[in-house]
Amino acid sequence: MLVHSRKGKWATWAVFFLLFLPLFALPLLVVLAASFATNWSSALPSGFTTGHYTAATRGASLQALTTSLVTAVTASLLALVVGTWAALAAHALKKRGRRVLDALFMLPVAVPSVVVGLAILVAFSQPPMLLNGTRWIVILAHTVLVTAFAHQSVSAALARLDPAYEQAAASLGARPSYVLWRVRLPLLLPTLTAAAGLCFALSMGELSATMMLYPPDWTPLPVQIYAASDRGALFTGSALAVVLMTTTVLVLFAVFRIRTKASYR
Amino acid sequence: MASAAMAAPPKKHPKSPKSSGSRPRIPTWAWALPPVAVLGLVFLYPLALVVQQSFQPDTGGTSLQPYADVLASPSFLEALRTTVWIAVAATVGALVLGFVLALVIAFVPFPGGKAVARFIDVFLSFPSFLITLALLFIYGTVGMANGLWTDVTGAAEGPFQFLTTPWGVLLAEITYFTPFVMRPLLAAFSGIDTAQLEVASSLGARPARIVRQVILPEARPALAAGGSLVLVLCLNEFGIVLFTGAKGVTTLPMLVYSKAILESDYPGACVVAVVNVLVSVGLYGLYRVVSRRAGA
Repeated sequence: MLVHSRKGKWATWAVFFLLFLPLFALPLLVVLAASFATNWSSALPSGFTTGHYTAATRGASLQALTTSLVTAVTASLLALVVGTWAALAAHALKKRGRRVLDALFMLPVAVPSVVVGLAILVAFSQPPMLLNGTRWIVILAHTVLVTAFAHQSVSAALARLDPAYEQAAASLGARPSYVLWRVRLPLLLPTLTAAAGLCFALSMGELSATMMLYPPDWTPLPVQIYAASDRGALFTGSALAVVLMTTTVLVLFAVFRIRTKASYR
Repeated sequence: MASAAMAAPPKKHPKSPKSSGSRPRIPTWAWALPPVAVLGLVFLYPLALVVQQSFQPDTGGTSLQPYADVLASPSFLEALRTTVWIAVAATVGALVLGFVLALVIAFVPFPGGKAVARFIDVFLSFPSFLITLALLFIYGTVGMANGLWTDVTGAAEGPFQFLTTPWGVLLAEITYFTPFVMRPLLAAFSGIDTAQLEVASSLGARPARIVRQVILPEARPALAAGGSLVLVLCLNEFGIVLFTGAKGVTTLPMLVYSKAILESDYPGACVVAVVNVLVSVGLYGLYRVVSRRAGA
């Protein structure tokens, strides 16, 4: 449409794939290839093995996977509750209050995750709120980091929501709680599941704040990947990374299924 | 979606407003208090503690000594400079690359373009350090590129040694953050009526002129939004730098980590953290002002 000649089109596509493939597709393929290799000292990897996966699905690595899953699910659900509540409350306020509340809840994105980790470490290392050394400090940090994204998605969806539905329900005598439960939340369901997927993916890959906080008995998968590649076990690290990516994509796919079901119900 | 709410008629009649009118109503603003209280407890109060601790040296008391110590140290100044130039360069790179790639996907469509756009979405959900991990295999000392070079020329080692320099971090950040620019751009491009392009083209405008005068004005808000997000994320990026594992590349988040965890110098870490937050928020604000002036 922008380029009409056949030659021009092919030239444009060639440039596109020359940029796209090495930059975006190659890294993922390389990690995948490395996770099956025993050796990589020339152009291509050599020595096929599935041993890295056997190692990646038992012992400490398996525990890291379940740790990541538990952390991500808990943090996403908490973030969804707080973020949705804040978005609904902000939506009911006047313009100025809404802006203040939105800014407050977006602040964790502007603050570096490492600093969020440091702040939580400083605040929760002393009584009365002694969480340092427990799994809860990791879950708490993840919740703080992903709440911003849940809040943002829900408040964007609320702005697009047609107020006619809730007004009709209210004019028929429905109480506010009933309107919320039977009209607004069902209308928001596609957004809520999408936000849950986003929060889950972000929490699964979170490394910065986690590195500041994790106790020895609660090491999420990204930390395990870092530990492996730091001691030079790059192939094991790749296998763990593939496990992380696959898990994330599978969960996102499941969430996406819920979303499509919800929007045609 | 409309049917989602309407298909299920209320089974029992909700109470009439009259009966609930006798109860005292909770004011609207009160509903905002619980989430704000939670945020205050787990985020704002800890952040305030960091600021407070940055004024408290290990020797006790309250003083500006930690700031004087940190701001005078060459390693901090080096980290500040590295952080800012890598972030600005990565943002510019991601904006240019993202604009070109999104332009092709949207306006020179090819079979499989949808799949590419979906791939970009999936790419966004992966953690950043994966890119550095992959680059180790591609450009590392014994990686693909160097292996190819030594195989072909017979040299002892390959020419690609940039991975542990700031250029390696820059390449990883541009790779990882370009999709963050492409997604809002693709959304904005889908709103452009192709008839506009056809008209401009039939009136004799060449592609470069159509891009400049028709597409770019439409894309400016998306470019501004994507650019500001990427700038902040680059300034705060940690995983990519950590995985690079280079002693030569220290950014502000990396300095916070090494001071707090490796050296247990909490006042110093808090000072760097405060500076890092100020730099992020300051550059973000500057960027918004500049992009608003530019008409976005």
